[in-house]
Amino acid sequence: MTKTYDIAIIGGGNAALCAAMTAAEAGARVLILETAPKPYRGGNSRHTRNFRCMHSGPLGPLVESYSEEEYFADLLKVTGGRTDEKLARLAIRTSQDCLPWMQAHGVRFQPSLSGTLSLARTNAFFMGGGKSLVNAYYRTAAGLGVDVLYEANVTHLELDGDRIAWVDYTQGEQAHRIEPKAVIVASGGFQADTDWLTRAWGPAAENFLIRGTPYNRGVVLADLLDQGVHSVGDPTQCHAVAIDGRAPKFDGGIVTRLDCVPFSIVVNKDGARFYDEGEDVWPKRYAIWGRLVAAQPDQVGYVIIDAKSLNLFMPSVFPPIEANTLDGLAQKLGLPAEKLRKTVNDFNAACGDTSGFHPTELDGVATTGLVPPKTNWARPITEAPFYGYSLRTGVTFTYLGLKVDENAQCSTDTGPIRNLWAAGETMAGSILGQGYLAGYGMTIGTVFGRIAGREAAAYAN
Amino acid sequence: MQTDLLQEARRQAEICNACRYCEGYCSVFPALHRERAFADGTLIQLANLCHNCRGCYYACQYTAPHEFNLNLPGILADLRHESWEDFACPAPLARAFQKSGVMIALATLLGFAALFWAARGLGSTDGEGFYAVLSHNAMVAIFAPAFLLPLVSLWIGLRRYWAATGGGAVRLGDIAAAFGSASRMKNLAGGHGDGCNFEEEDRFSHARRFAHQAVMYGFLLSFAATSAATVMHYGFGLRAPYALWSLPKLLGLSGGVLLTGGAVWMLVLKLRADKHLGAATAWGGEVAFILLLGFVAASGLALYASTGTAAMPVLLSLHLGAVLAFFLLTPFSKMAHGFYRLAALVREGKSAR
Repeated sequence: MTKTYDIAIIGGGNAALCAAMTAAEAGARVLILETAPKPYRGGNSRHTRNFRCMHSGPLGPLVESYSEEEYFADLLKVTGGRTDEKLARLAIRTSQDCLPWMQAHGVRFQPSLSGTLSLARTNAFFMGGGKSLVNAYYRTAAGLGVDVLYEANVTHLELDGDRIAWVDYTQGEQAHRIEPKAVIVASGGFQADTDWLTRAWGPAAENFLIRGTPYNRGVVLADLLDQGVHSVGDPTQCHAVAIDGRAPKFDGGIVTRLDCVPFSIVVNKDGARFYDEGEDVWPKRYAIWGRLVAAQPDQVGYVIIDAKSLNLFMPSVFPPIEANTLDGLAQKLGLPAEKLRKTVNDFNAACGDTSGFHPTELDGVATTGLVPPKTNWARPITEAPFYGYSLRTGVTFTYLGLKVDENAQCSTDTGPIRNLWAAGETMAGSILGQGYLAGYGMTIGTVFGRIAGREAAAYAN
Repeated sequence: MQTDLLQEARRQAEICNACRYCEGYCSVFPALHRERAFADGTLIQLANLCHNCRGCYYACQYTAPHEFNLNLPGILADLRHESWEDFACPAPLARAFQKSGVMIALATLLGFAALFWAARGLGSTDGEGFYAVLSHNAMVAIFAPAFLLPLVSLWIGLRRYWAATGGGAVRLGDIAAAFGSASRMKNLAGGHGDGCNFEEEDRFSHARRFAHQAVMYGFLLSFAATSAATVMHYGFGLRAPYALWSLPKLLGLSGGVLLTGGAVWMLVLKLRADKHLGAATAWGGEVAFILLLGFVAASGLALYASTGTAAMPVLLSLHLGAVLAFFLLTPFSKMAHGFYRLAALVREGKSAR
């Protein structure tokens, strides 16, 4: 006899698990359909590391306080105002209750990681990172009687009027159909579907690397959009950052970040500079560099530094390409040597007094008369050995998603869908119109996962 | 030291250093994050600092099937075993016994044989209790060198370790902190205090920590019992056998029970754990060592229970034979890890300052 479920949850990351635990605690029989195999379960959550949390006083690992207003102002800054205020404030306000809830469900926090002291007040770091959070949630969910199917590829949700009538999925060769009372979609964006990304962004997207899971292919998202479920977010945009060009196509995660751009010059494959490398501190610039590199020929950039800058940034997972001369470096990187030499010479000649150089703050050590300029940390590149890294566009997530209301419920032109809710990355476009705020993805996932679980359980019971 | 092990440990350490998610778990990560390039000595120090709690493995987003294929506890365990074999004096003995359960079993059998031979050949003329089987002087003649020679060997090994890891002068505070950490096995508690991952994948529990503490404190109590008896014998002329409420008996009984129970518990956990997150090639040697330790304790208890029965002479030879093998193998078996671990904790205290 097949077990019947009240709620099917599509996806197996943070939002899905928060929904599953909440619904199971409310007495619902819950099934998680995770498309990844067990070692890769958890979607992009396995690559996360912290949770941005409002708090009116010291809370868990968080020091001082972080008010709703400050949090919201930080969000407005990165989204340029493209945010749904009501949902954003709901997520922010609820985040404070989430932290103890997360602890009660097995998550353990630690003081902010070395190199991230600036986040000690605003972001609670998971001990061991996102995969340990995912592990803890799977254990807690199992204890609550939640069933999990791995490598279960949901292919179709049948929308019949104002309700989802059934869910089709395949597992191995086998096709299955289940008819749960309620469905929660928490299966992320579509960034791992290169064809879709290419249709949305253009052919350049073929050269993009995907920082997270290869399993966010947007199958369910596309299926629901085709059936007229309301969407939100710019369908052509994705959040992209500049990462080490040698990173794997998928799942490179945190270790592929490169923090050396502010101390470098960056050239394209023709050996020419194209943007001010010292415009601002790297945490505020890594996202725009994803786009800048995407606009260059072959979507690749090359970071050039010299010996005196090597230890100014977090070590990268791949060692830099090293050479004793610029010509040697050009050869190893496959750059035109003469052009690179000229670019470096022009840059060096435009550098001035470097005595005010300060690696961790805007030091105003700038070039003069150079186009484009370098407005901070401009020191001549002169000390051998010289080092180079390639730089490519790494996609974190896509903005297009399912539009939800404050109950995480989805809708069509005829009104709410009675038994369909969405949580996590797949509805984050409802709140994040552009840009990104570190740790806010986990906040959205946790807050709306819990809401979706609560609402779906109330409906199913 | 095998270059390929060092090279692989270096590759993994560099990935960990670019990630840093595991910073809170144990002492290894803060130590690792202080470095930018990993010298051989640093890697050996990290390997000996690692308590194999496995928290980092189960939290890692880069374990197989991911192409980065990280298994930090595994590679550090391999490197750690390799370092004990290299630093041991004489090294060939460590290579023979460290990884091989069969060799440890053979050594134990030889220990049995030696004691049966001693009991029969040397015997005793006028002793009481155990000394009726083998005289006190004969026991001392066998066990004094069997105790002292391994200590000399360990000392040489630790000196080599200290030189290889660039130890330098030692401060009393670092030693005190190292003993404090070891006594609580802080590094097996996980940074959050929920314990470690061992017997059931990513589930945190204190089972391994408590089992290991039972073994350690059981051993120390048993050792204290022997020491107390030695002092009573030579210092106060109080000869064995001792009464139940005497110091050697109280210490020995509680120690024996703890050690026996701890060893059994450790074995049960070890059988459930994933071999490949430890030194898989040394698994046989480790299991044999725990069996030997458990046998020393259990045979000691049995021996006490057999007082006045016909089984006593046989049990005495078995027990003393196992003790002999255990002592002699100390620098060349898993027993050495306790000393290197302490040295690594002292070394870390110095670096962290």
